Amino acid sequence: MIRRQQTLGERLEERGISRRSFLKFCTTTASLLALPPAFAPRIAEALESQRRPSVIWLSFQECTGCSESILRAGSPSIESLIFEAISLDYHETLQAAAGHQAEAAREQAMAENMGKYLVVVDGSVPLGNPGFSTVAGQSNVETLKQVAKGAAAVICMGTCSAFGGIPYAKPNPTGAVPVSEIITDKPIVNVPGCPPIPAVMTSVIAHYITFGSLPELDDLGRPKVFYGQNIHDRCYRRPFYERGQFAQSFDDEGAKAGWCLYKLGCKGPTTYNACAVLKWNEGTSFPIEAGHGCLGCSEPNFWDKGSFYAPLSTATELGSGTVAAGVLAGAVLGAGAGYAGRKMQEKGKTGPFEAPPVADAGQKENS
Amino acid sequence: MTLLDFARGPALQGAAFIFVVGMVWRALGLLLLHRNTPLSRNRDNHLARHGFRTVLSRFIPAPVFERRVSFQYVAGWIWHLGFFVVLLFFKIHVMFFQGLLGFGWPTLPNGVVVAVAGITLGVLLWLLGRRIVNPVLRYISTFNDYSSLVVTMLPFITGFLAFAHYGFAYETMLALHILSISLLLVWFPFSKLIHVITLLPSRYILGVKFWRRGVQA
Repeated sequence: MIRRQQTLGERLEERGISRRSFLKFCTTTASLLALPPAFAPRIAEALESQRRPSVIWLSFQECTGCSESILRAGSPSIESLIFEAISLDYHETLQAAAGHQAEAAREQAMAENMGKYLVVVDGSVPLGNPGFSTVAGQSNVETLKQVAKGAAAVICMGTCSAFGGIPYAKPNPTGAVPVSEIITDKPIVNVPGCPPIPAVMTSVIAHYITFGSLPELDDLGRPKVFYGQNIHDRCYRRPFYERGQFAQSFDDEGAKAGWCLYKLGCKGPTTYNACAVLKWNEGTSFPIEAGHGCLGCSEPNFWDKGSFYAPLSTATELGSGTVAAGVLAGAVLGAGAGYAGRKMQEKGKTGPFEAPPVADAGQKENS
Repeated sequence: MTLLDFARGPALQGAAFIFVVGMVWRALGLLLLHRNTPLSRNRDNHLARHGFRTVLSRFIPAPVFERRVSFQYVAGWIWHLGFFVVLLFFKIHVMFFQGLLGFGWPTLPNGVVVAVAGITLGVLLWLLGRRIVNPVLRYISTFNDYSSLVVTMLPFITGFLAFAHYGFAYETMLALHILSISLLLVWFPFSKLIHVITLLPSRYILGVKFWRRGVQA
């Protein structure tokens, strides 16, 4: 059990983490957040003195991948310590408590930190039927409204809570919606991804602890610092795109030579995320480096944007049916137009049926 | 729905539908009209052959007008060929057709296509400028001429910007590129761009008419 009164500095010291390692983490965090190096001591100071903020993690219609991701921030890395350094008072998957005890822990945390706690949500909220997803007999939407009421801010971890994600995909059988459609009176930061990059999740929390505010957001509510550039612009395969060298299949010579995966459906050019820079598994690689195109998982409705394996330049709805319907409609209109034209010709007496007698015609031609 | 989703989906679908409807409609409408039947004896017995000859002979300027119209011919040739090269031999365009038709074909290197596109756009801009500056051309130009030229140029401009990742974000530029093509498709059957289907048959008919009367055109 973590003693709440301890600051992060004290906790790190107790765990034998050197100050050098801690400052290194602070510098890395400042760098990730695109802050000047001078901010590193400020982050250190804030993190060291900060009492651990209460965090209530709500899991709705989700796959727990986001929790898996944040837990794999690289154990026992400094990121995981930061994660520990917050007071995670409620997380269905991770907490030791169960049943009524778990709910009691949430209610206690809410009461003790009213107006100050952070709510992290992963998963979308089903509105189709309250029974589609419940926790302790309470529907997700009720829980969210109740918990968000006293929150300082809401962090949507993962595409499901940020944009609806996979449950929101057509035909959306549960009537799933993102958190932002329910909570409109609290600051919300979206950290989309399926799942999001671990360092992005921890950095957003670190930013909140350091500055007491959320980072600068883009028009989709995502931290600009991580979602400000598209993957294509930072992709190491970009030169092959410029040259028009595309892998034709996943095992051809082009794929082996590391050519651009645009033709295989890579959504890197339209996806804003930091995968190509921060990478995954402690900087090992990212999907494109592993040979598969980007799925665009940090963008809204990524599941409904046509095939993952169709290039961005292809049409999503145009097909032979449209062309056939066009030909048919055109033929009907054309036949009508032709008929009307013939009638007008006949009415205007301009056709050969009005040809003058042969002798006159000869005269005309000679004149 | 984002702008790109709209462009790749309903916009392109709707535009292609209008394009096909318009082309079939206008082609069939013309085809079904009454034709004049000759009232005099043919002065030549190989009309079909001469008709085709006229189709081909009009591709180059008539010697008598050569000095005055050569620029128009050369400029026209360059940008029409450039248009087809960029449309049909740019790798990403072939991917589009492959998605639509199920098969693709060999393409040209990006560098070559970009150069061709640059020349094509340059010629189109020059022709637009000439149409505005030259008093005679300006006098005979109508909205149909200007709009068709601009609507043809827009896909080149947006395509360049999308390819070069210049201007707006890539997804916005790609969406604008697809929307400009959609505009071209919608505009095509109802403007002078319809000449794509009327040009060669008109030449043939003209050739037959001339040769029938003994005019060696």
